Amino acid sequence: MNISRRHLLVLLPAAAVAWKHVLAGTPQDSPNYQMSEHWWGMLIDIPKCIGCGNCVRACQTENDVPDGFFRTWVERYHRSDIHLENPEVISPDGGKEGFPPVPEGAEGDYFFVPKMCNHCSDSPCTQVCPVGATFISPDGVVLIDQKYCLGCAYCVQACPYGCRYIHPTKKVADKCTLCYHRITKGLTTACCEACPTGARQLADLKNPNDPIHAFLKTHSVQVLKPQMATGAKAFYNGLDGSVR
Amino acid sequence: MNGVVGYMYPNEVTLYWSVLIVLYPFITGLVAGAFILASLERVFRVEAVKPTYRLALLTALAFLLDAPLPLQLHLGHPERSPEMYFTPHSTSAMAMFGYVYLWYLMAVLVFEIWLDYRRDIVLWSQESKGLLRVIYKIMSLGSSNISERSLHIDERVGWVVTLVGIPSAFLLHGYVGFIFGSLKANPWWSSPLMPVVFIFSAMVSGIAAVMLIYMAVTKLRRQSIDMRCIDTVAMYMFYIFIIDFSLEMLDLVHRIYEADESFRSLDFMVHTKLFFSQIVVQIIIGTLVPLVLLFITQVARIREVIRKRIYVLCGCLILISVFAMRWNVVIGGQLFSKSFLGYTTYKMDLVTREGLFVAIGLTILPLVFLSVLLKLLPPWPEKTLHEVAAGD
Repeated sequence: MNISRRHLLVLLPAAAVAWKHVLAGTPQDSPNYQMSEHWWGMLIDIPKCIGCGNCVRACQTENDVPDGFFRTWVERYHRSDIHLENPEVISPDGGKEGFPPVPEGAEGDYFFVPKMCNHCSDSPCTQVCPVGATFISPDGVVLIDQKYCLGCAYCVQACPYGCRYIHPTKKVADKCTLCYHRITKGLTTACCEACPTGARQLADLKNPNDPIHAFLKTHSVQVLKPQMATGAKAFYNGLDGSVR
Repeated sequence: MNGVVGYMYPNEVTLYWSVLIVLYPFITGLVAGAFILASLERVFRVEAVKPTYRLALLTALAFLLDAPLPLQLHLGHPERSPEMYFTPHSTSAMAMFGYVYLWYLMAVLVFEIWLDYRRDIVLWSQESKGLLRVIYKIMSLGSSNISERSLHIDERVGWVVTLVGIPSAFLLHGYVGFIFGSLKANPWWSSPLMPVVFIFSAMVSGIAAVMLIYMAVTKLRRQSIDMRCIDTVAMYMFYIFIIDFSLEMLDLVHRIYEADESFRSLDFMVHTKLFFSQIVVQIIIGTLVPLVLLFITQVARIREVIRKRIYVLCGCLILISVFAMRWNVVIGGQLFSKSFLGYTTYKMDLVTREGLFVAIGLTILPLVFLSVLLKLLPPWPEKTLHEVAAGD
């Protein structure tokens, strides 16, 4: 194929624009999304969780989470009557492939607790970041600017819930983004979408029509480690006192 | 899971702060402690420690030059670290590091050393030859006035700088303690006593380091050790060590008596994973033994040779103890789960960027810096200009 100089001059900028889109993953626009109209959180209904691990797998696929690290995971608690304060907890591979069966005739309660970033409104991780790479978006999501993060891991140490890690190849802090790329387009998070029982529900606290408001009125809902006073926005229904 | 006992949150299995973050407070502690020793002579007029004055300042500078290196090597993106200067996050304790470091390095330590050596630098720049002459010319910063009045001004300004330097040294190391003590997520770290304990342990370790360096350098120079000087240094080391140990025990007793929700988990960790490094090394070998030995030197008449050996032994044990304390804080604080239900294991690499060999290198590096500084700025008064010019 013969390309004239004139054609080349036209093609090069076009190729550059196309390549830029390839590198950026050609994101969709979300022109109608107004950050100030939302305040995001998550409702986790513990009695509904069956420990299938769908949420963990969906998160890992959606967000390309590296092996051995977790933006969300599921724990199985075994709380016996005589060890109320010291439950036995397991989360094999973050509960990604489910859990071993409960032994027959086992005593005490078994229940599943999905965990993720609590998107705290007074988040200690945001407070300690030395350059402000971690920040709270105007719509209440704790995010990381990974092009700015130093990878010092101070935020990892500051998170009371163990939700952060240093990405093994990017060498920056990483965590749940509440699937920000999805929720700003009117979609729900990958974990919520994959949950077969509706144990996880994305909640918009600023939306008066969001079912979260009715749920909060009619249920006894708590947050993890309330003594940390982080303003956590992952609301748990049916949270047992033994859960840490 | 390998190395895990009980239940850890899955992201907690890996330790994110390695031996390099143990080194960082250890090294900054030596800086602060060395400076406090120097200030004893300058501000508090403890004449007996004068032979260590300049050496203490140079030691502080050598270790301060090394201090940011472990942090840089630890960062996932060290090339972005200047952002801490340009776009610091005002609510972050760590963001202040760059400013505290620069303040201490430039406004306190380098300035004080320059003022103290200015007369000598001017004289050396006149008498030495070749490259040394150029170096001294640059170091004099074009200031060649060594009249009596000008030297008197140097002395007064130097005194003020030292006076400012004492709270600055406290700030430098207290702030390092605050980085840990202010994290409410971690009950092993979260304590208002943490900065105070860091300051006092820093003072003890810095004084011990300068004492050992003074004794070693004097021995290498085939000079006699000024016993009045090291007796006084050892006395201060002993008293400050008592305060340090009392504060650490206060913290321990408080934790045991209060026994909050984290206590059972931390208690188990101290009796298992930290037993050797905390109970055996830090408390018994590194603290009780030197405290008893130093106490004996204070109350009994002991021959000079034996006293010297006791001081060397105590100095080494104190350095090991303070390093173990930093280890127990930094590594210990990551060995238990924030769920208080399990424990992980720290596996130190050998040759990686955050491995053992790099840590050893960074521990030796300040001694290399110090040897260069000692060549350039010999702190001993009997050194003749001729010897300096000859590069001895």
